[in-house]
Amino acid sequence: MDLKYTPEEEAFRAKVRAFFEAELPADIRSRMRLGKRIRKDDLVRWQRILHGHGWGAVMWPTRFGGTGWNVIQQHIFEEERADIGAPPQNAFSLRMLAPVLMAFANSAQAEYFLPRIIAGEDWWCQGYSEPGSGSDLASLRTSAVRHGDHYLVNGQKTWNTWGQYADWIFCLVRTGTEGRPQQGISFLLIDMKSPGITLKPITMLDGEHEINEIWFDNVRVPAQNLVGDENKGWTYAKFLLTHERTNNAGIGSCKRALKNLKQIAAAQVSHGRPLIEDSRFRDRIAQVELELMALEITNLRVLSATATESRALGPEVSVLKIKGSEIQQTLAELQMQALGPDALPYLREALEMDWVADPSFAEHYRPYAPPLSGQYFNLRKTTIYAGSTEIQKNIISQMILGL
Amino acid sequence: MDFNYSNEQLALQETLQRFIGRDYGFERRRELARSPLGFSAEAWAQYADLGLLSLPFPEEFGGLGGNAVDIMLVMELVGRGLLLEPFSSTVVMCGGLIRDAASEPLKRSMLPRIGAGEIKLALACYEAAGRYELSRVACTAVRGTEGWRISGRKTVVLDASSADYFLVSARTGGDVADDHGVSLFLVGRKAAGVTTFAYPTQSGGRAADLHLVDVAVDASALIGAPGEGLAVVERAVDRGIAALCAEAVGIIVALNEATLNYLKTRKQFGVPIGKFQALQHRMADMFIAAEQARSMAVIAAVYTDSADAAERRRAISGAKAYIGQAARLVGQQAVQMHGAMGVVDDLIVSHYFKRLTMIDLSLGDVDFHLARFSDMLA
Repeated sequence: MDLKYTPEEEAFRAKVRAFFEAELPADIRSRMRLGKRIRKDDLVRWQRILHGHGWGAVMWPTRFGGTGWNVIQQHIFEEERADIGAPPQNAFSLRMLAPVLMAFANSAQAEYFLPRIIAGEDWWCQGYSEPGSGSDLASLRTSAVRHGDHYLVNGQKTWNTWGQYADWIFCLVRTGTEGRPQQGISFLLIDMKSPGITLKPITMLDGEHEINEIWFDNVRVPAQNLVGDENKGWTYAKFLLTHERTNNAGIGSCKRALKNLKQIAAAQVSHGRPLIEDSRFRDRIAQVELELMALEITNLRVLSATATESRALGPEVSVLKIKGSEIQQTLAELQMQALGPDALPYLREALEMDWVADPSFAEHYRPYAPPLSGQYFNLRKTTIYAGSTEIQKNIISQMILGL
Repeated sequence: MDFNYSNEQLALQETLQRFIGRDYGFERRRELARSPLGFSAEAWAQYADLGLLSLPFPEEFGGLGGNAVDIMLVMELVGRGLLLEPFSSTVVMCGGLIRDAASEPLKRSMLPRIGAGEIKLALACYEAAGRYELSRVACTAVRGTEGWRISGRKTVVLDASSADYFLVSARTGGDVADDHGVSLFLVGRKAAGVTTFAYPTQSGGRAADLHLVDVAVDASALIGAPGEGLAVVERAVDRGIAALCAEAVGIIVALNEATLNYLKTRKQFGVPIGKFQALQHRMADMFIAAEQARSMAVIAAVYTDSADAAERRRAISGAKAYIGQAARLVGQQAVQMHGAMGVVDDLIVSHYFKRLTMIDLSLGDVDFHLARFSDMLA
């Protein structure tokens, strides 16, 4: 048992850091650092840079073009990414869809889609939730009816993230009504340009357009876009969710947010002194830092156990998801609270790079302030998406504790 | 980075588990807690045979050269078995202190005897006015012609009633709360002028208040440089804290097992009470708390040997503060979910709960360590 990084791991970290320093475009880095709006172009550009360096998919095995890095290396990469302010990669394609394709797709599908994902050619989004199917996902009703060489898809998906950017959507659809609801679900890949797809933005509580409703009206989907077997989609979906939740520990991002929080608390003034000298506020930072210290080790323990035992991640990722999402929320909350009254102004335009503070506001303006309230509001989603905290506790109760 | 135990560590774990299962059942433990000694002399002899009492000492002093992770592993089982023997006081804190800071002759005379189970020690480092502050030392040591004369009071000295020696912090200079001017002395229990007021603790152990009146010790009783003892005591207490963290994890895991078992077997309204979601989610919270507490105990153990005192203190205080809160959650909820069975002496649950509670109050509680961690944060 040893928590120290080996000299090889330290050298690896230096290599990753040096690459980021050299290759992360300055405009993207600034936008990330200042909490400005991130655009699709930023993410695609960055994915292509990573891919050009052979680092397009750090969590993939080498036979699919991934780096084949072990969990510690992946952890280091993610820490450095968040610390320097490089954008996260598209998790829907790289972390969620790709493992499903590797495990269950036929070779034609894998050979077509995986290289396009890693090269940043296709943008993928997820079609899971429906208006009537949130936590009870298996009750989903969007139907796919087989007609010869294609399916006709009808229904509605919602809470779809970044579908406005997407070239493709992977969907859970109902292909059968026999037996338990889980038994009639299939996993279907749908081209977003297909006739009959309508996308309508949903404005979130921070005023931003991040999620959508998507309607499918007699959308023709080639049968060759079915992944695995018909009516086995629930198995693939569960497999995918496990991968989705791993990333939700978000250790690297949380460490970055904690740094930001300390800087903000040092810059804000309360009773004529830096806010961080107020022990009442500082203790709240201390508490969340302790949670994060523990979660970092818990995360590594879980990942290294799966590596040692050569097994897939199991329901223990629910622990990581619950804690990671709570920590993200607390860090966002404290950053907002550190602003005090300065958290009140709502300046939508300040989230663009070219925004210049009005001279009468400039004296009072702090460049770190505008995004913080919005981030707090936005991150309330983290304990709701990817299986709410309550669903995660159900999973722990049933799958780990056997209740 | 490596989270696995070595084969030697796994073997040690198995041996100790077998000992607890065979010789240290709950009823036996209750008898021992009520006995005059407060623990098992036979068990102590067995620990010596197993090498536990020399585990962290260098081989040149008859030790096994173990590290803080070995101690963590042992202490987790001390927690699970609710073992009463003064292992942490004698071996981890006092033995560790002598190994870290004592002169070669003192190490040669003390460490092998500790390892053989011949002597026991207790760390007398707290005073009534100091709460958890190790620097607040009113007890004085005055240099005489042949050595030192020590006077003062030490409070709630853990495992003092069975100790053959005390390691006593006493002021040889400076004001009452100064960091400098604290010195450390080895004082024999039978030395003239030493009296103890012994009592059982809430969790079945033993402790005592110490009264020293003009106690004469010779010059070789001084450990480390005069006036520079605070860092030495702090380091020993940090070792003790890491040990308590591991002990707490052992108890938390055991309490979770007991509670989970109860949820599956206790029936009300015609079903096992574990079918109720209110209880399921609380049990899930306890499971998460156990995982997070274990991670913190690992951090505490690994940083115990850190040469950087600030880094060490931050990790140790962080772990103690975090585990104290996790222990409160698990302890209180384990009792709650056992219903009336949780508040009786006949079930091990209440004994685990009391031990967890006393662990929080020992060597600095949640508030003390959270403040220490928080003050280092900026």
